[in-house]
This record gives sequence, structure tokens and C-alpha cells, in this order.
Amino acid sequence: MAVIGNINELPRIATREGYGKALVELGRQDKNIVVLDADLAAATKTGAFQKAFPDRHINCGIAEANMAGIAAGLASCGKIPFMSTFAMFVAGRAYEQVRNSIAYPHMNVKIGATHAGISVGEDGATHQCNEDIALMRIIPGMVVINPCDAVEAEAAVRAAYEYDGPVYLRLGRLAVPVMNDREDYRFELGRGVILREGKDLSIFATGLCVVESLYAAERLAEEGIDAEVINIHTIKPIDEELVTASAAKTGRVFTVEEHSVIGGLGAAVCGVLSENCPTRVTRIGIEDVFGESGPALELLHKYGLDAEGIYQKIKTAIAQQSAVS
Amino acid sequence: MNIPELQKMTLNVRKEIIKSLHSAGAGHPGGSLSAAELFTYLYFEELHVDPKNPQMEDRDRFVLSKGHTAPGLYAALAFRGFFPVEDLMTLRHTGSYLQGHPDMKQTPGVDMSTGSLGQGLSVAVGMALAAKMDGRDYRVYAMCGDGEIQEGQIWEAAMFAGFHKLDNLVVIVDNNQLQIDGYIEDVCSPYPMDEKFKAFHFHTISIDGHNFEEIAAAFAEARSVKGKPTVILARTVKGQGVSFMEDEVSWHGKAPNDAEFEIAMKDLEKAGEALWQ
Repeated sequence: MAVIGNINELPRIATREGYGKALVELGRQDKNIVVLDADLAAATKTGAFQKAFPDRHINCGIAEANMAGIAAGLASCGKIPFMSTFAMFVAGRAYEQVRNSIAYPHMNVKIGATHAGISVGEDGATHQCNEDIALMRIIPGMVVINPCDAVEAEAAVRAAYEYDGPVYLRLGRLAVPVMNDREDYRFELGRGVILREGKDLSIFATGLCVVESLYAAERLAEEGIDAEVINIHTIKPIDEELVTASAAKTGRVFTVEEHSVIGGLGAAVCGVLSENCPTRVTRIGIEDVFGESGPALELLHKYGLDAEGIYQKIKTAIAQQSAVS
Repeated sequence: MNIPELQKMTLNVRKEIIKSLHSAGAGHPGGSLSAAELFTYLYFEELHVDPKNPQMEDRDRFVLSKGHTAPGLYAALAFRGFFPVEDLMTLRHTGSYLQGHPDMKQTPGVDMSTGSLGQGLSVAVGMALAAKMDGRDYRVYAMCGDGEIQEGQIWEAAMFAGFHKLDNLVVIVDNNQLQIDGYIEDVCSPYPMDEKFKAFHFHTISIDGHNFEEIAAAFAEARSVKGKPTVILARTVKGQGVSFMEDEVSWHGKAPNDAEFEIAMKDLEKAGEALWQ
């Protein structure tokens, strides 16, 4: 059982902050690291890097497609570019540049995509990218990481740096509870993390939904439902072994993500299980709709992605299943 | 190489374009033929490259942003010694390292995978920027189509290159005047090109892209320009050298059949006889 204390008492830091912090540390270590922005350096939290290494920070202006190409060109000459902008504007607008100029030649470019998901909040649907995991996951050779807190984001940046090839780092705007600030925390690319062992059902969660899923599991436990909670920080390559083993143990699976239920973590888990261990899966995420304006926490509640919403969905699904059988 | 030697080499490049396309049964002859002099000059005179060491760190880089004209690039690379000329006949065949559009992972001498129009110039800009950051003196060349510059990303890249004073970057626009749907000025005119590039802080040079004296002078001038990237606007004829392909929009993207192949090769042989006299 994970010991993370009261969710309301945990410090809250956005994953984009972890991204910015790790870049400065890596920048000191390796002079080939360069950071690119498209007029959003303040928001992507690369400002500290810019301050520490002004010669290695390149602001491309509001031109994301060009930024992707410049990153590819820099990488082909031995640089390790971290290109930063909002998820919408890289996975969406510059999709084809990411596919053809970065991924096809397997360039060593890291994409720091902040402001992913509905927790962008007040800016509303045009800026809430709930499709980026799907878009990036389908590109051959692309690694997709969605860290659950700022500590994990820092570790993910380091793992991305150590990996030779394109990596998509999915980061958030919203300050979220820091649950991994402990001595024994380790990050391994492509390995899921069991945060809570259980025997009745498995919850595979990613990003800010991980901590919410843990609290949902606590509530389920109060009612005698023993849920296993697994953090899938690396969505591609997904930890097939762990997903399969947990599903085989519990026989009932839920996926939770701040992303469309189409094409994201839910789809990845379904893909693994349909081939390895056919199991009933309920995908919890953004249904096939666009988001809307509102404070982030209110939106997460409205769209059922906070602990309460996750708990309710799991309860309802189990009840419906019992009624049928 | 002197000019007659360059002209002979260009003829060889044109012949291989036709032969490899005929072998492939598909591909883009028009824009490959229009840029044949430019490919030849780049690989035999201008670019500091080493066929024995294609990944040489300080080599000049060439990005064929108009990637569909790969047959011209491949022929120049093969004659320059990057790979055997006879392999050109595997163009577009299953399993060949000569893909329909350039693939840097497979083909020696190819510095960037391209094909989707509008993307190559940004990559060349990134390469030129890397040279500046590292204080290296290699130069970067990118070739764009005149239709290709309708893509907005070209102008994002141009704005960045001009703003950052990338004088180690040379853009060549193969102004063969045709794109798939017709003349560029009828489809969506990019003219005046020189004024557009000037407005983006480029040094501009306009030449006849089939004339080696003008080509040589343009590249020499580009080397002398400081504080600005250079664009060479090369006026060319699409399908140049093959009678029935010249200025013919239908030869943008199809291979000659057997009968057309014979005529094309005869045209090129005849041009050769004139040169070798």
C-alpha cells in the first residue's frame, strides 16, 4: 500500500516546472543540450534554462512547424534539442513535421509538450489537447511519457536525454500533488509502477490521474474492494508484462487518463490485453468531446477525472456488471 | 571541372534520371531534369563533401527540400562516388536504399530525409544554426521548388534565417515555373520571389539555372555575402533536355514508357554528340 498522506496536504507543483528544472541541471552537464521555444518560454518553464544558458536557448517565435524542423537540423549536427510548446501546437499543428522531419529520420529530438489535457482550464477547448497521446503514440519509434508529478517529470527528462531518439514528454499546466518526493523513487523508461497492490481490479493510470486513482482506490477499499493501482508513466513502449500480469491477477481493468478514451492509454492497454490476456476494460478519460473553459479543478471534477469521479465510475461499472451477471 | 566537363556530367545525370525512372516505372522527371546542372555543380564544385566519409563532421550539408526530385540528387551522388551508378536502376524498387524520396538513414550522402514539401528549409536552417553555435565553418545548402515556396513553413524558416543572419545558408529555388496543377503563376503565384526574399533579409541572386558560368558566379557571390543568407533564384525549364518533357506539366510526376524512354535517350545522346565534338 502506498503511503502518500492526505492529498490536500501534499505540495502541489506542475509537471512543467519539473521539466524546466531538469533542463537546467542537464544543461550544466551537457553543452549539446539546446532548448527551443515558440514564444511560450514563460509558460513552458524554460525561462531558467534561458537565463543560465542564453546562447543555447532559441526562441523561434510563433512558428511551431519551423521549430520542429530547426530541432531536426540541430539534432542532425549533434545537438540534443528539447523543443517546448503547448501539446496542442506540437502534437496538433506540427504533427507532420514531427512525423516526417523528426521521427522518420529518428532524430534525437525531445518534445516538451506542456499544457496537455483538459486541466489547461480557462483557455478552453482550442488549447486543451486531449488527443496528443494518440497522435504521438502511432508514430513509429516515438517514445511517449506522461509523468504524474514534478519529481517524475524531472526523472522523465533525464530518461529522455539518455535515450537516443525522439521522445514526447506530456506535461501539464496545473500544479498537481507531488507524490514521488522520496529517497527510494526510481524512474525506468517503459516500466510501470505498482503503487498499490490489490486483487479485485486493476487501475492503470497516467499523468495527474495517478494520484487521483490512488485516492479512488482508498475509497473503494473502505467498501471492501481491493484495487491495484499502477502508474503507467511510459505509454509507449508500454509495460506489456506488468499490464498483462496485473490483469491476469485481478481479472478486471480500468484505465484512467486526462485524454480522449480513443487512442490513448486506454487503447494501449486494450491492445496489450486483447492479445495477451482478454480482460474486461473500462476506459475512463475524456469521452469523444471537446473541452471547455473553467478552472482546472472544476473541469477535472465535471469530466469525472478527480478521485470522486474515478471512484463513481468504477462503482457504477462494477454494479452494472453484477446486475448483468 | 571546367564547363564542358560539367556539361558532360550533367548529361550523364540526365540520362540516369531517365533510366532510373524508366526502371522504377514511377517518379518525377520534370523537376529532376530542371535541376540537373544545379545538382552537378553542387556535388562536383561547390560542396565540401567526402564520398568515402559521408558523415564527415565538417562537411557541407545539402537538403533537397523538394525531395520528389531525388533521382537528380541520386545520380549526382552516384557519379560523385557515394554509391555505385548501377544501383540507380533500383530506384523505388522494393528493398532498395534509393527510396522515392530521400532517406538519410539509407542513402550515403543524403543529409536529410525529405519529401513532404516545405519542411527541408527549416532543417537546413537548424543545421546552419548549429554551425554558428559551434563556430564551425561548414555551409548549408537547401534546394526548394518554386511551387514548394507556397508552403507557409518556408517563410517561417526564411524569417528565422534572415533574422539570425545565417550567412552560411544558401537557398536555391529551382524556378522551373510549373507545379502539378499548372504554371505557378496560374495556380497561386509566388512572384515576385526576389522581393519576397529581400523582405525576409536575404541576399538575392537571379540566374539562368542551366548556365554554368552564372551558377558558378552565384555560388561564389553567396560565399562573399556576410550577415545575410543568400537565395539563388534559378530560372530553369522543367523537363530540360528531353524534347517532349520540356515545359510540359504532364511530366511532373510520371515515368516514360518504353517508346518514350527511347526518344528521351536519343534526345540526350544527340545533345551529347554536340558536346563531345
